[in-house]
Amino acid sequence: MTKTRSATVTVQGDTEIVIVRQFDAPRELVWKAYTTPELVRRWWHANRGEMTVCDIDLRVGGTWRYAMDTPGFGEVAFHGEYREIVPNERLVSTEAYEGIPDADANAALDTLTLTETGGRTTLTILVEHQTKEGRDMHIESGMEDGLQDALDLLEQVALSER
Amino acid sequence: MPRAATTTDAFNAVAEPRRRAILDALAEGELTVNEVVRRLGLAQPQVSKHLRVLREVGAVQVRDDGRQRLYRVNGEALRPIHDWVASFERLWDDRFDALVDVLDDLKRNERRDG
Repeated sequence: MTKTRSATVTVQGDTEIVIVRQFDAPRELVWKAYTTPELVRRWWHANRGEMTVCDIDLRVGGTWRYAMDTPGFGEVAFHGEYREIVPNERLVSTEAYEGIPDADANAALDTLTLTETGGRTTLTILVEHQTKEGRDMHIESGMEDGLQDALDLLEQVALSER
Repeated sequence: MPRAATTTDAFNAVAEPRRRAILDALAEGELTVNEVVRRLGLAQPQVSKHLRVLREVGAVQVRDDGRQRLYRVNGEALRPIHDWVASFERLWDDRFDALVDVLDDLKRNERRDG
């Protein structure tokens, strides 16, 4: 499968984030990769560290917890509770970032949707925060890539402005 | 980076989908109001209103060319937005690229077992 780096992230209104990507695989397999701990351990780290915890109790009311040890940043951990489970189609859960005060009170609500057309699956994650500040902090949490990435980005933007 | 919930900065100005569509159209080159209207199929007063908001936050610039007013994107003002979402998008790109490897393995296993 080719890697197109084609995830699209959009901010919606004041409190939402939408993440979309297509995969050249049936949705049963995407669901399996998304909800099986041994498999989640292989991709969730995004090459930014090693995943140290991957607990998934996949039932309504069950909880999940992911933690990653990142060089220079220490442990980054998230947890939540499953609210709605429709296998291969839809997964609704809360998502609390343990790095902020009152993590549970400030948790976001994540809705994963998988739709399949002609053997290709579109994965959509809708992240609904309670406040604009929470949403913006979530987006900014992706900015730990370091200075080099920031410089690369600046260069890309600068070139596109020519 | 706390930001006020108004359209006084570029972040909020581009939260509106039609304004993003206008920026996309202008990204390809300078356009008049009427050209934006034709491309996007929006009403002229609506386009003028959105362009005014985008101008106020510096996201677009305007210049007079004879009796035409030409609008263009101001890349400098949009740079923080590009970086802001782009880093988060990159995290998910890397995450999904790793997921693609997992899916390839699962597909191979299915073929072997099937």
